[in-house]
Amino acid sequence: MSFKEGEVRIPAGCAISGFINRSGKRVSGADIVKSISYMHDRSNGLGGGFAGYGIYPEYKEHYAFHVFYDNTEARVKTEEFLDRHFDIINLSRIPIRHIPEIKDEPLIWRYFLDPRPTKLTSSQLDEKEFTVKCVIRINTEFDGAYVFSCGKNMGVFKAVGYPEDVGRFYRLDEYEGYAWTAHGRYPTNTPGWWGGAHPFALLDYSIVHNGEISSYDANRRFIEMFGYKCTLLTDTEVITYIFDWLNRKQSLSLEDVASVIAAPFWSKIDSIEKTDPKRAAKLRYLRQAMSGLLITGPFSIILGYTGGLMALNDRLKLRSMVVAEKGDTTYIASEECAIRAICPDCENVWSPKGGEPVIITLNEEGKRRCL
Amino acid sequence: MKINAENMSFRELNEKIRASRGRRVEIENMLGQRYTGSGCTGKDIHISGIPGNALGAYLTGCDITVYGNAQDAVGDAMNDGTITIHGNVGDAAGYGMRDGKILVKGSAGYRAGIHMKEYMEKKPLMVIGGKTGDFLAEYQAGGRIIVLGIGYEKQCPVGDFCCTGMHGGVMYIRTEHAPELPAQVLCEDADKADIKAIKADVELFAKKFGYDAEELLNAHFYKLTPNTSNPYRRLYVNN
Repeated sequence: MSFKEGEVRIPAGCAISGFINRSGKRVSGADIVKSISYMHDRSNGLGGGFAGYGIYPEYKEHYAFHVFYDNTEARVKTEEFLDRHFDIINLSRIPIRHIPEIKDEPLIWRYFLDPRPTKLTSSQLDEKEFTVKCVIRINTEFDGAYVFSCGKNMGVFKAVGYPEDVGRFYRLDEYEGYAWTAHGRYPTNTPGWWGGAHPFALLDYSIVHNGEISSYDANRRFIEMFGYKCTLLTDTEVITYIFDWLNRKQSLSLEDVASVIAAPFWSKIDSIEKTDPKRAAKLRYLRQAMSGLLITGPFSIILGYTGGLMALNDRLKLRSMVVAEKGDTTYIASEECAIRAICPDCENVWSPKGGEPVIITLNEEGKRRCL
Repeated sequence: MKINAENMSFRELNEKIRASRGRRVEIENMLGQRYTGSGCTGKDIHISGIPGNALGAYLTGCDITVYGNAQDAVGDAMNDGTITIHGNVGDAAGYGMRDGKILVKGSAGYRAGIHMKEYMEKKPLMVIGGKTGDFLAEYQAGGRIIVLGIGYEKQCPVGDFCCTGMHGGVMYIRTEHAPELPAQVLCEDADKADIKAIKADVELFAKKFGYDAEELLNAHFYKLTPNTSNPYRRLYVNN
């Protein structure tokens, strides 16, 4: 008997890695595959995945949907829906390499889409919100279809397997991006399913996560009030929606989002009060106003978004994270070995404190090149 | 014996270390292999590259030297021996160590020395040259931890929640800036007798990493011990 995620809960160890070239130099996906492979022992073969930014420059104005289908019937029904709501610029199967390590793959399709102007106007939503609504609708109402990537000029690639095998399966050496993230999975709460592998993405936000969120249900109840549907019973999904809601819809800066989800302890806020009362008041406000979005339990995450990466640990720092630099590139990983694997002479190796966000964005040259 | 660890699994590497005949083992090109030297006895292990997590876990009498940084859980529950790190260590170094020595030239991550313990003549020692993250020596029950704060003289070199739940052992911090501590921990200025008590430890550190021990000792130290007049018996329940 087999279950999909969302249908059963089994009472996590994982690996994360990522890097960004601030000048927007596009780097082959082979590097991120090599990096994550050095943390093989942190995963158990039940999930691996990658997010690449800047990988579709020729289609950068269009939403790139990556979709898993259980069967052709699900594809036909979903494509009918997509055709009604979007102009389909291009569609194709995502090229894969058949290897013995990756089995039972679903049908994996990619679409470059523009919202249909008539539908968009009548919906009275902005383009992003329209797209989000369509994605949530497919993922909750279309049996056997799952949109796992829907941003512009970025893409998620994930599967059941070890990450290095997943990278070979998706032929990531044939893509180039200015930023990449990766995840090796050790699922402990849910059985491994393709859709449940990381990264979790919505629009251009993608999250890779190592940890176990004890506040999942409180976070889920809060975020579902705003139209999101947590369908997978996995904690990473809810983090993605929290970033989307706070950063995109509430326009909080990423630093402030970090102060909501990894809020300092009250004792820490009290001590900040002594030297910086204005900052303490802000921290107190964010904690009180959005207490339902405080994420408790161990986590280290890398958020990918258009033009940047952000790394964050839980405030107790119950998961490891290392940051290093070399030239225009900043590296983030669960273990230093994963950075040294692709940059042996990296510099400024350091571990961010718990709750201290590390945000790296494209510089002016990078923005000119990639955005 | 030299071992090139490039692309070698942790299991194969550990088997090679155990099977080696001589005492000295040199490992080159190490990159993330876990559990190196775990439970090992009677070897001098020299490591170039980045050893993986749990280096020297349950170590029972080896001498391990790393010529760079080490990752998490160095010397986890070690019983004896010496681990020398010429760089920084990750989180949870010396977790629950029972005896032996961990000497770190650079800084330590979160949770260094938590649950360190001692029994009779078994008294572990950890010396950190730089600074440490939060929860240093949480639940310390024995042994000695010395933080030298080299390069961090203008700040307190230990993070928040230092010594939370400490109920045994002793910590020395070379600094003018006292850390915030729980009521159950006593913080005093180290006196001459205290400095004498850590002289050999600091000398060992200085010799390994090329410092002047006298210069290091000629500074202000705080001495942290559990406050026996303020025990934990009413911390959780009123009994």
